[in-house]
Amino acid sequence: MNRFLDFEKPIAELEGKLAELRQLGDAGGAGIGEELANLESKVEKLLRQTYAKLTPWQKTQVARHQDRPQFSAIVAGMVEGFTPLAGDRAFADDKAIQGGIGRIRGRAVMIIGHEKGSDTASRLKHNFGMARPEGYRKAIRLMGLADRFGLPVVTLVDTPGAFPGIDAEARGQAEAIARSTEATLGLGVPVVACVIGEGGSGGAIALAAANRVLMFEHAVYSVISPEACSSILWRGTDKAELAAEALRLTAQDLFQLKVVDAVIPEPIGGAHRDPKAAIRSLADAIERNLTELDGQSRSSLKARRRHKFLDLGKVGL
Amino acid sequence: MNWLTNFVKPRINALVNRKRDVPGNLWQTCPSCGQMIFARDLKANLSVCQHCGHHLRVSAVERFAMLFDDGVHARVETPAVVQDPLKFRDHKRYPDRLKDSRARSGEKDAMLVAEGKIGGQPTVIAALDFGFMGGSMGLAVGEAFLAAAARAIAAKAALVAVTASGGARMQEGILSLMQMPRTTIAVEQMHEAGLPYIVVLTDPTTGGVTASFAMLGDIAIAEPGAQIGFAGPRVIEKTIREQLPEGFQRAEYLLDHGMVDMVVPRAKLRETLAQVIDLLMRPKAAAPAAVEPAPADGRA
Repeated sequence: MNRFLDFEKPIAELEGKLAELRQLGDAGGAGIGEELANLESKVEKLLRQTYAKLTPWQKTQVARHQDRPQFSAIVAGMVEGFTPLAGDRAFADDKAIQGGIGRIRGRAVMIIGHEKGSDTASRLKHNFGMARPEGYRKAIRLMGLADRFGLPVVTLVDTPGAFPGIDAEARGQAEAIARSTEATLGLGVPVVACVIGEGGSGGAIALAAANRVLMFEHAVYSVISPEACSSILWRGTDKAELAAEALRLTAQDLFQLKVVDAVIPEPIGGAHRDPKAAIRSLADAIERNLTELDGQSRSSLKARRRHKFLDLGKVGL
Repeated sequence: MNWLTNFVKPRINALVNRKRDVPGNLWQTCPSCGQMIFARDLKANLSVCQHCGHHLRVSAVERFAMLFDDGVHARVETPAVVQDPLKFRDHKRYPDRLKDSRARSGEKDAMLVAEGKIGGQPTVIAALDFGFMGGSMGLAVGEAFLAAAARAIAAKAALVAVTASGGARMQEGILSLMQMPRTTIAVEQMHEAGLPYIVVLTDPTTGGVTASFAMLGDIAIAEPGAQIGFAGPRVIEKTIREQLPEGFQRAEYLLDHGMVDMVVPRAKLRETLAQVIDLLMRPKAAAPAAVEPAPADGRA
């Protein structure tokens, strides 16, 4: 059963009716088949309409939806022979950032990303996708490994932000993020980043200074969360809706600003309604982008990645 | 936090600060120990409280005067950038906030760049001004830092970043986040040119600035007592619901945790910079004559 978001109430009501009707249908009433089909098309139409014009705040909620495909589900769905690798070799293995080697559509890659977890237990285990310095240092280690063996790096970004805690600060959270960004920019292999849910500030860019930055249709990517922005600029978290609009955090706006190179379409009603289709569409996009980056020399990959970021900010909205 | 503290007080402060040199504003209060300091003494002591040693915040312009040999330097023009790229507004339009800060400071944005010599070695300084929108990093700061590195590379000079920032500039949204990789590219360009890049972390340095060029120095120097960190203390307290330990995120805490090379009092800063720049830039030369300590008012 779907977990509905606040703005999905009319959809929830229709789907409720649909469920009732299906039960009746099982009992074998006449003419129900037609009504079922009618209602199903109504639901689809309403989903399509609603999701075609989501506000930035609604997108933020969709991007954070608990049933949205997370790193582990995506890896299970599109990486063959995934071999997870752990630890920063200095302090610990941070469960908020996962990584390993495997094949996407036959091509061996290093895949690194934030894992938020999908239920209470796993969310706690993965610290809600909020990484500590050792997470970024693991990412740096894995990127170095990929670089030495010529494996393209694919990153999946999905974090509310880097973990704001005493231990994280003590071990150099800022330094770890800065070094991770630096390591990404210095790679001589293709790097494709995809914002799959929430791209939260420094914790996100640490894994996203890539040759290609892709973003799911309903993902968000921002320098600060709408709630935090609201509390600073509007002095209360109740203006998060306004802040989400002002921040221009949607894939569509970021594409216009050239921060994002491609927007990956999601199934009707969002990735969480059909994770399989969403993962397929993500794998298509990654394959396409890696193919386009084929044949470039190490120095050219690095130089072009640099230029991509140096050219940003020449256009506004 | 209300209209008075947000709006009236900064205006009043701006008026007061502008008249710092005229009689009638001869005294300042140390924000740390609360003692009154004679303004002229404070300036002579490089804005360090003579009672408790607290390092008061200083502007980018004052930094140039304090750090370059004899205070002699030339400003490096920083590139113009797209204004208000997101058409951002909260209860105030971003262009209006910029206009206020510009009127107050007489500068275009939060990072100023200048070139001159330190200990006889050519050096470019990129200094952030906390007084300009909290030293926040948007397109203009990113471009200024890139320009500083480019100038240093062209002149075969060392680059010194003096940081003071609340982090990314929210009003430029994702484009301010993009300054993290952009400034990191500038640091890489310094590495490739084989020129030293030294960071002086001053109070406060937090957020996206810390998590990019501020933590990537070949050598990291912090001023005593400076607050340096990624997340703000209030955010951390709210997340973990615990009191923060004494001295948390201060320069000395970072030194203890291996995050900076040294904590250097302001009076020794010029001397220290001169020494490390000389050692890194002239590995085979004989030791230079001792560097004079910074002159009283930052000038000869």
